[in-house]
Amino acid sequence: MKNILEVNGLKTYFHTFKGVVKAVDDVSFSLKPGEILGLVGESGGGKSVTGFSLIKLIEEPGKIESGEILFNGTDIVKLSEREMSGIRGKDIAMIFQDPMTSLNPVYTVGKQMEEVLVLHQSHLSKQERKERCIELLKDVGISNPESRLKNYPHQFSGGMRQRVVIAIALACNPKLIIADEPTTALDVTIQAQILKLMMKLVKEHNCALILVTHDLAVVSEVADKINVMYCGKIVETGTRDDIMFNHVHPYTKGLIGSIPKLDQSQNRLETIEGIVPNMFQLPKGCNFAPRCKHVDKKCLEVEPVISEVGKLHHVACHHPKGGA
Amino acid sequence: MLKYILKRLGQLAIVLFIVSLLVFFLTSIVGNPLDLLVRENATPQEVEIARKYLGLDKPLYVQYFRFITNALKGDFGLSYMYHQSALKMIAERFPATLEMVLVAMTISIIGGVGFGVYAGAYPKRKSSKFVMTCSIAGISLPSFWIGMVMIYVFGLKLGWFPVSGRGEVGTIFGIETSLATLDGWRHIILPALTLGMGSVASMMRLTRAGMQENMKQDYVKFARAKGVKNHKVLFGHALKNTLIPVVTIFGMQLGSLIAFTTITETIFAWPGMGKLIIDSINSADRPIISAYILFVAVMFVVINFLVDMLYTVIDPRIDLQ
Amino acid sequence: MSELALKESKLNKMLQSETWYNYKHSWTAKIGSFLIISIVLIAIIGPLFVPQNPYNLADLALEDAYLPPVWEDGGRAPFLLGTDQQGRDILSAIVYGSRVSLFIGIVGTLLASTFGISMGLLSGYFGGRVDSIIMRIADVQLSFPSLLIALFLMSLIGQGVVNILIALLLVGWVRYARTVRGATLSVIQNEYIEATKVIGLSNLRVIVKHVLPNVLTSIIVLSTIQVGGFILTEATLSFLGMGVPITRPSLGMLCSNGFSVLYSGLWWVSIFPGLYIMMIVFGINLMGDFLRDEFNPKLK
Repeated sequence: MKNILEVNGLKTYFHTFKGVVKAVDDVSFSLKPGEILGLVGESGGGKSVTGFSLIKLIEEPGKIESGEILFNGTDIVKLSEREMSGIRGKDIAMIFQDPMTSLNPVYTVGKQMEEVLVLHQSHLSKQERKERCIELLKDVGISNPESRLKNYPHQFSGGMRQRVVIAIALACNPKLIIADEPTTALDVTIQAQILKLMMKLVKEHNCALILVTHDLAVVSEVADKINVMYCGKIVETGTRDDIMFNHVHPYTKGLIGSIPKLDQSQNRLETIEGIVPNMFQLPKGCNFAPRCKHVDKKCLEVEPVISEVGKLHHVACHHPKGGA
Repeated sequence: MLKYILKRLGQLAIVLFIVSLLVFFLTSIVGNPLDLLVRENATPQEVEIARKYLGLDKPLYVQYFRFITNALKGDFGLSYMYHQSALKMIAERFPATLEMVLVAMTISIIGGVGFGVYAGAYPKRKSSKFVMTCSIAGISLPSFWIGMVMIYVFGLKLGWFPVSGRGEVGTIFGIETSLATLDGWRHIILPALTLGMGSVASMMRLTRAGMQENMKQDYVKFARAKGVKNHKVLFGHALKNTLIPVVTIFGMQLGSLIAFTTITETIFAWPGMGKLIIDSINSADRPIISAYILFVAVMFVVINFLVDMLYTVIDPRIDLQ
Repeated sequence: MSELALKESKLNKMLQSETWYNYKHSWTAKIGSFLIISIVLIAIIGPLFVPQNPYNLADLALEDAYLPPVWEDGGRAPFLLGTDQQGRDILSAIVYGSRVSLFIGIVGTLLASTFGISMGLLSGYFGGRVDSIIMRIADVQLSFPSLLIALFLMSLIGQGVVNILIALLLVGWVRYARTVRGATLSVIQNEYIEATKVIGLSNLRVIVKHVLPNVLTSIIVLSTIQVGGFILTEATLSFLGMGVPITRPSLGMLCSNGFSVLYSGLWWVSIFPGLYIMMIVFGINLMGDFLRDEFNPKLK
């Protein structure tokens, strides 16, 4: 099966007055149609910026410096803004984090849903569009869809708004959906519902999904592959089982270790010592070195390169699993 | 909805009540009205007669009551200078002021909102930056100075427009107005431009600020993620959000325009309310002053009320149920 | 660290701050501050350099009257910007007049801000009745244009510098009060969980200590713009004859004087003072704009 997405050496830098922030620094990965990729890491790790880079929605002072993003064989980095707007919403769709602010408060939900159909499926008549919108709302589990179309966003609860956002994302049957922390802003009870809904729909439409999140627990349930990012770089990547059970990078170990275990008794929550470094002054050598338990002289001097650990399992570390 | 309207009307009444108290107090009590009526060396008996005549021997609340009932009938007394009904004089001059305000308002909406949206939508362009610097200059200009420059350059030096007075009056739809004649327009252009200049600059800045703020919102980014093209994002999404608060600002601008007619009418000898009140203040013509204050207070209160109502209608987020 | 070293490091911090960086790159801010500094300097030491003190009658000579600016026919040095109908040098008049205008603008702002901040603190702190009354007055006041309020006040109490200051205070306190009240309320809600109303002076001090740093940036921006606004208001009032007395002419009054001879073609008597007013307020507004953008978190 051919890859739906191939990212090679993506670099997205932010040029601020204080200096350059290498938010995404030489990131490479690929995705097959219908696959679910989890992009995890702490806040500021570069995962959201990666997501936005894939759809080329990086605003100043950020810029995609170099790299390739091959979507269905085409390098979209080279595409013009006009060509990109033909892809956004149609072939690649995005779900934002905060449903309270994603929707325009002064237009009805129906109008905002229709908008994406008007743009990318202009062959539809007005009546057909309306029917499609109703169908979409039904799919995401909103009752009374016909009357809901005339409502404004503030008349929906947070969870329901996110359902609308998901509906908009699926409207044109995209091949790839990028979901940026889709459940973080929701109540805990709703989170599971929304996640379940997303998984169901994504499978039904055979759509690839990149799930950007800091919540490893979420990712462990649904992802096929996982990329662990730290300070703009991928430190470990592999299948779900690889990462959850056979991880080798100390950071990954720390992340997994800090998930509270409900079925065992714990005295204390495990944490990763130290704090995320200042992005303007990244350490020489490995970015994680200052916080790593297995650090040695080499780690402080030389940046680790990606090396193979298993069939689809790669890591960037001088001493994976603490060994030599 | 009805409850809300009633509540607002109630607040309106309170405000007018307070203003009427102030006007009563300031114009009937402060200073000695007697001085204007009696000779300098009047005898105590003459003073007493005058006092009884003016009702000044009655307790304050009675005087106030008389004042209010008269005011509600439209009777503010006769102007000291012109010996006509104070309120009638103001009402007669109101149309002239209204004309100028309307023309200035139109200029400021078209110019202000137009330029503001442009500068907010494309903030990095050189033309936008130039427009914005002009707007800062615009709000820094003293209104009277603009008037003088206009008079000197366009009136005296170039001779394009007359520099004082109102033009000929004609009728449109049965209303008498100088906007119906070419001569009327020739006379109104300079004063209206002078009056509107500050307002254009204000509206420009506020609209631009609104556009900029809205452009940074998440829903704009989301619209882009849907594939909406740039100009549609600007004028479809951001604009509507920007225009809604412009309505309230517009209400304030209207009040400001009315206030500044005092200057513009004085400079251009325009026969409106503004000139009347300035002349009356200078000649201590109390009946006209009190009539003007209340007239204008009613106007502002009503304007604010209407703007509030308009706002609740156009902003879908406001749910009065 | 020694005192000097401490001060130096503070200065360093300021120089490296984002605000300074933005300032260096903003030509509007630089022009604005240049204008302000120049104008203040002119006001302070200007009188030493101008040809005459226009309010000292002994300095004036009628044969110098009606002179146009030096670059026009008939103009003559040292009356660079011309003279008025009594031989007053316009340039000197502007320098002296600007002192009055600036004085009123700055002192007026100090008074209005002090009063407004106090009202806001009281309103937020005491809440209840006091708060209602103060805010009600503020709302009513805000629904009327400040020029009209100032106009009627002045017509009532008469001309005079002190009177103008009083009028400006009464017109300008509202915005400060509102801003500070909002900040006070949010501080109170943060710092005290459920009210056991222990009202003591010590509590008021604590609240003031917490509130002021929060509102500092808003007050700075507000005050900067207020100075410009007051200068314009005073100029307008003086132009209408309801501002400063003839003995202490401000720039507005100079314009008023010049207006009467404008129609005879003596444009310089009114145009130059007005232009100077514009430059003062323009400089202030440029700075005010810069500061407002700097301190506005929504635009970051």
